[in-house]
Amino acid sequence: MPLGQDLVATEAAGAVKGTEAATPVIRLVGVEKALGGQPVLKGVNLEIPRGKVTTVIGKSGGGKSVLLKHMIGLLRPDRGQVLVDGTDITRLSAHDLNEVRKKFAMLFQGAALFDSLTVLENVAFPLREKTKLKAAEVDHKVLEMLEAVGLTGMGHKFPAELSGGMRKRAGLARALVMGPEIILFDEPTTGLDPLLARTIHDLILETQRRFGFTAVMVSHEIPEIFGISDYVAMLLDGVIAEMAPPEQFQRTRHPGVREFINVGTRPEVVSSGAGRETRGL
Amino acid sequence: MVTTTVAGVGRNVLRIVGEMGRMMVFLISTVAWMVRPPFRVMQVLKQIHFIGVKSLFVIVLTGAFTGMVLGLQGYYSLRKFGAEGWLGSAVALSIIRELGPVLSALMVTGRAGSAMTAEIGIMRITEQIDALDTMAVNPMQYLIAPKVLASVLVMPMLCSIFDIVGIYGGYMVGVNLLGVGSGAYISSMESSVEWKDVYGGFLKALSFGVIISWVCTYKGYNTTMSAEGLGTATTEAVVLSSVLILIWDYFITSVLM
Repeated sequence: MPLGQDLVATEAAGAVKGTEAATPVIRLVGVEKALGGQPVLKGVNLEIPRGKVTTVIGKSGGGKSVLLKHMIGLLRPDRGQVLVDGTDITRLSAHDLNEVRKKFAMLFQGAALFDSLTVLENVAFPLREKTKLKAAEVDHKVLEMLEAVGLTGMGHKFPAELSGGMRKRAGLARALVMGPEIILFDEPTTGLDPLLARTIHDLILETQRRFGFTAVMVSHEIPEIFGISDYVAMLLDGVIAEMAPPEQFQRTRHPGVREFINVGTRPEVVSSGAGRETRGL
Repeated sequence: MVTTTVAGVGRNVLRIVGEMGRMMVFLISTVAWMVRPPFRVMQVLKQIHFIGVKSLFVIVLTGAFTGMVLGLQGYYSLRKFGAEGWLGSAVALSIIRELGPVLSALMVTGRAGSAMTAEIGIMRITEQIDALDTMAVNPMQYLIAPKVLASVLVMPMLCSIFDIVGIYGGYMVGVNLLGVGSGAYISSMESSVEWKDVYGGFLKALSFGVIISWVCTYKGYNTTMSAEGLGTATTEAVVLSSVLILIWDYFITSVLM
């Protein structure tokens, strides 16, 4: 159900039920990709469950963003299939791919707001481009979205005038405004302080529960992501090494995955004026 | 040694041919998106303002001084043959046929072309172009086509302004400063400039508009993801546009003459 049409009505959309919830909305089958002659994805098999938050973790430069870009057709695999609701998007023409993309929105690492437009114009952009709504209706929806992400009164500012966290919020508002079925988040908290990162994570979780979209997130934020994800997958050496619900994922026996997640959760001894204490990161 | 050299030459030839092919595909794709709805009139008007209106000052300035220096040089050259009266003809023909289209194109390349490359390159690096794609808005249609169309529309206009200002600059120096008769200046111009000189100049300006916008948008669109890459792309865009303008000028002149 489109989010942008009726916010109140779609708040219940989080409860995805029955067989629809069981079918994966995105399936990657044997996806291989080399960039600059260097193999990045070496046969990725991954299923993204509908209406859930799935987080892909992995080493920096390991191909997580490349993987995400395959899901929306920004990159085409050298081999393999990317199925969105059963349609292999790697074989679609530009026109048909654009039709599939209407199901998607993406929040980029740097938010990718158009710097020549104000926040209001940025959020309104997809509505103005892809719908025939009247100006007043567009404005109404945009203000509603800005309120939903806590940016009330910021619509007149340009992206350069916003802090990193605000830019991410504006990017999230733009991603939400068309009511997509799937939102891809490319490291949504990179470059933010831990408190702001938690705020953005909470906002993603809150909006996902409210609107019910399928979220696919690429992140490094361990252990933070275990609290907000329904599923966690790890991309290691160009393949998905493990995918499971967070509790199960943390009990993995895969040595590479264990090593990676334990770096994020290992207790660290820090000195304080009164002596020494142990904290989890 | 010989094998290595031949292999190196071959690699470079392949690279250049490949780049030319990609540039041609880019141009064809731009034209294809230009004629498909939705037509982005506001985007085109914005670009006309950016490329045309904002280049006016530099066009007027260079036009005036080009005309003035032509007036000066032409006067002293023609005086040797007692033909100062033909100064108007010399200035007008030089400007209308050659200097107007070429110099205005080089000025627009430096001012607007480099800015086009930088703008599109930054949009590429900051993933704004990917964002357009994810919103099912074709970047070629939204970003590139309006720039190319606007360039093609404004270049003949800028060229005509350059021509007028240049001819008047020559008049100022020749008539007001050096004492050539006003009537002689105008009548020599009137008797020697033909209509085909004028539309030939406009045709050149129009084709230069295609070259500038094509090369500069292509270089920005295909920039590598770094500040250094963007700098290189901007430099390459300006150099390649300028060189292509001069080469194309020769060929189009040989056809028009």
